[in-house]
Amino acid sequence: MITMSKDTMQIVREQDVVPFRNRVRELAVKIGMSLVNQTKLITAASELVRNMLKYANGGKITLEIVNKNGQNGIRLIFADEGPGIENIPQAMQDGFSTGKSLGLGLPGTKRLVNEFDIKSVVGSGTTVTVTHWKNGR
Amino acid sequence: MDRIPILKMGPFLLVTIQVDLYDRLALNLENDLIAMVSKTGARGVLIDISAVNIVDSFMGRILGNIASMSRIMDAETVVVGMQPAVAITLVELGLTLQGVHTALNVEKGMDLLYDRTDLLTTQEDEDNGEAPDDYNE
Amino acid sequence: MNQSAQLLKKKKKTILENWIKNQLTEESLREDLISNDELRRQSEELLDKLTSALEKGNTEDIYNSDFEQVTDILSDISVTRARQGFSPREVTLYVLSLKQAVTDVMEKELRDKPEVLYKEILQFNKLIDSLSIHTFETYLRGREEVILRQTDEINEISTPVIRVWDGILALPIIGTLDSSRTQIVMENLLQEIVNTGSNIAILDISGVPAVDSLVAQHLIKTVSATRLMGAECIISGIRAEIAQTIVHLGIDLSNIKTKASLSSALQLAFSMLALEVKKKNANSFSGKVIR
Repeated sequence: MITMSKDTMQIVREQDVVPFRNRVRELAVKIGMSLVNQTKLITAASELVRNMLKYANGGKITLEIVNKNGQNGIRLIFADEGPGIENIPQAMQDGFSTGKSLGLGLPGTKRLVNEFDIKSVVGSGTTVTVTHWKNGR
Repeated sequence: MDRIPILKMGPFLLVTIQVDLYDRLALNLENDLIAMVSKTGARGVLIDISAVNIVDSFMGRILGNIASMSRIMDAETVVVGMQPAVAITLVELGLTLQGVHTALNVEKGMDLLYDRTDLLTTQEDEDNGEAPDDYNE
Repeated sequence: MNQSAQLLKKKKKTILENWIKNQLTEESLREDLISNDELRRQSEELLDKLTSALEKGNTEDIYNSDFEQVTDILSDISVTRARQGFSPREVTLYVLSLKQAVTDVMEKELRDKPEVLYKEILQFNKLIDSLSIHTFETYLRGREEVILRQTDEINEISTPVIRVWDGILALPIIGTLDSSRTQIVMENLLQEIVNTGSNIAILDISGVPAVDSLVAQHLIKTVSATRLMGAECIISGIRAEIAQTIVHLGIDLSNIKTKASLSSALQLAFSMLALEVKKKNANSFSGKVIR
């Protein structure tokens, strides 16, 4: 996988979410992603950025345009310095939530994007990386 | 503070969401709508989301909440004009908005509300007393 | 500095000529697909890059960064050729014919040093073999891309949405329903619902060979998405064996309106829209006179 462009954004307040979503949409339009795939990616991004704000008071997002085997895609890396997730398999289950949400955030997000990776160290933070390809597969 | 205007149309409340929602705005909408249902004794709530590009799990939960809360106060909720890409994304996310009525557009949504609340026959008597007014507090 | 690199540099012209000649004499050369000038330009570029890679002293590992430019050019060539319709033989021969050209020159130049010649030829052979494997791999990848694109096209054309009545759409699905196909079905169906303002969509699965739990899940998703839009979805064309498998697999379709045939689904749609279709006159279509 080759990274073709790279950009970072700091998220500290809820209001930062709207410009961030717009930025993701811009990138998706730039590589010619279809509307449905754009919507899936932005929805996934929206879920992850909410988690970041809710559990870690914000963090840093890296936005990249990547290329693999000639296909373009978008990779988003959400890095926070929050409390971390103790039990990742549990957090990835439908309907599980420590907060008062529906518990669809992480598992739902995973279903929306092509590639999903989560790493977490309790006490020092969580990094979630998602990649979505132009044609959605 | 940003607020989404709520219109009163006869026995129903009408909301058209024209901006990108962030969580605070959606929460305000929930509070305002429920307060308004209680104040006016509205029999139905119509939410037009045809201009909304992203509905994530939080926003979906708010829609579900509005429907359940309104039902307790004897008002039906109908969500109209969801974009195809949004519908596909919600299904993939695992959110099917149980308990929320849906319709293709405002007109069909209105028909559905009249149908659901059996107001077609009695509508004229109820309408006479009140002039439609905007809600801005 | 190694011998081959020096040789390649010194004798570049002869090697290039020989190589081109080898390629041209090869019976299978597709003059209809590539011009002589184009061939020469490609070959010269590759030879230059190969020389500069060899000059760095690396003669073994073609996945090393020294060879990046060489493998890039080769990938480019083989992917383009795969799309143009070259056969695997033609694509691989392109690289293998370089081997002959270079070993000929080596033989002439190093005639009085047989040990060096042997070593150099062996080394060079190994290198070219690796490169031709690489070429073949990328050629295959190019073909796979072609297949993928064609699959997409077939998917696109095989999901027509038919307007059977004002407010009623029908979508006959023929062939297996996998997840990428479901996506296309959903997108087409939902878009058409918006375009026509239809309240009811009939999904006819008579042409789906088998329904397993995955296919059923795709059907349920499509129905859910249709409902989110504010329309209703009826699934028709459920054959006996499909009904059997659905029950045996324990798939719950109780939330979904299902009908055995398209006509009964249409009837249900009519009654949902409070429409009535009736015969005007019992004798009006009793038979046809053949003249």
